[in-house]
Amino acid sequence: MGEIMNEYILGIETSCDETAAAIVKNGTEIVSNVVASQIESHKRFGGVVPEIASRHHVEQITMVLEETFDQAKMTMKDIDAVAVTEGPGLVGALLVGVNAAKGLAYAHQKPPLLGVHHIAGHIYANRLEKEFEFPLLALVVSGGHTELILMKTHGSFEIIGETRDDAAGEAYDKVARTLNLPYPGGPKIDQLAQTGGEATINFPRAWLEEDSFDFSFSGLKSAVINTLHNAKQKGGETMKQEDVAASFQASVVEVLTEKTVKAAKQYRVKQVIVAGGVAANQGLRTTLQSKFQLEKEINLFFPPLSLCTDNAAMIAAAGSIAYQQGHKANWSLTQMQA
Amino acid sequence: MNVLAIDTSNQVLGVAVSKNDEIQAEYTVNIKRNHSIGLMPAIDHVMRETNLTPPDQLERIVVAKGPGSYTGVRIGLSTAKTMAWTLDIPPIVAVSSLELLAHNARQQHGLISPFFDARRGLVYTGLYENSRDRIFLKKEDQNINLEQWLDELKAYQKPVVFLSQDIRIHQSLIVEKLKNDAVIPSPIDHLPRPGILALLGSQKNPEAIHQLTPNYIRLVEAEANWLKEQEKKQND
Ligand SMILES: [Zn+2]
Repeated sequence: MGEIMNEYILGIETSCDETAAAIVKNGTEIVSNVVASQIESHKRFGGVVPEIASRHHVEQITMVLEETFDQAKMTMKDIDAVAVTEGPGLVGALLVGVNAAKGLAYAHQKPPLLGVHHIAGHIYANRLEKEFEFPLLALVVSGGHTELILMKTHGSFEIIGETRDDAAGEAYDKVARTLNLPYPGGPKIDQLAQTGGEATINFPRAWLEEDSFDFSFSGLKSAVINTLHNAKQKGGETMKQEDVAASFQASVVEVLTEKTVKAAKQYRVKQVIVAGGVAANQGLRTTLQSKFQLEKEINLFFPPLSLCTDNAAMIAAAGSIAYQQGHKANWSLTQMQA
Repeated sequence: MNVLAIDTSNQVLGVAVSKNDEIQAEYTVNIKRNHSIGLMPAIDHVMRETNLTPPDQLERIVVAKGPGSYTGVRIGLSTAKTMAWTLDIPPIVAVSSLELLAHNARQQHGLISPFFDARRGLVYTGLYENSRDRIFLKKEDQNINLEQWLDELKAYQKPVVFLSQDIRIHQSLIVEKLKNDAVIPSPIDHLPRPGILALLGSQKNPEAIHQLTPNYIRLVEAEANWLKEQEKKQND
């Protein structure tokens, strides 16, 4: 009796400020998942300093790999393919992961090398919890992205809407900075909005053209900054930080939710998944959940919080599909645009 | 001993294989481009040419650890560290990119100042000395204003060999400062050779893989400013 062969993919992710590696079985099951966060280091500067991020990656990379293999009790001999984030992201940071992946694949001569798009990774984080149903709509929201992506089958990604200026997470970080919240500010705004904040200020919503699924957050960001600035000038009664956070969040969440629901209906999708760092946002989760409760035939899914932020299990999961579809990069693995 | 040498620390991409202290393959590209694209195909090429397959036949990896381009040294180190770690057998050796260049003056006795242009009048340089067929470090690799460095060298009142891919930009200043003590070899001697890196690395002690980091020499600007602020706070 021949046993069904299991497939093991090693994933590597260094696109921003997390040095990460993971081993995923059959595209859906995490065997080990290690993330070395640099958040403490970047906190000093109120944001990610690209050169410092790249330096940390070189310091961490082999230790993270060792831990990944130790936890899995495996060696490179067990690995069928090496998947690495090739972009988008910080160019210098990406290079560390890419060259480590090449070093591993080359040293063992056998496993193919696979370049994975970071956003494909975020989407595939969901598959580690729940199998996809097509057609599928993914709302990808993070510090670098705000996109609505339609998937008709595995490995096919059609962007139907994207931000024309700031990413949602970027707007969060900038508003947080104006409110003097410590880095990373996005989650802090969510916290403030959840704990006693009331959406008393009516900030603008950018709906853009009637039929567009694109987003725009720079107008909202400026409105918040101006409102805070004016309040400060007037002196007098101070604005409650919680209310500003709640009002800002209400605007972002409303636009994201409305557009997602509309796109889901228009494309008659079976499943909606939310991916990226902002998928951890409680305000967004609650609103989407209540809206989709009315759409019985559409299945809404969020990844667990630990898989929302950057990790390598999601890269391995996306790499598994590329591997199954016979993709293989050459030794150059030319980098994608940042 | 089968040795693979990797240098991506500056404009030159260099890869070499040596066996028992004999250079068997050497590959050098000296054009401005992304080393991340060219490195692994180059390694694959020299390994094939010398009939080596990495899993069981590679015994040592030598890498140029900078100073130089921050991105460049990281490409070399990420590759070398990961390969050395995963192959388990080969120790890793890191060599100063300036020391490697200094070895291009092994025919000349005396002082050697290899350098890389670091913009805004600055250079990465160190002082090396060739004595009784051995080249040793006399003054640490550093990031310094070239004029100030030349004044320091002048004080030795001895001939100094200058080696650099950027020699043309700075030649007139060097000659103006050091007059007859400025020794500038022919253009071919300014190109760092990966074969020499392999031989140099064969003689050095291996490093701990996890702890090995590039020698950037310079702090990141944001970090330097942050440290200054911390110091100020302490003194207040
Ligand atoms: Zn991400």
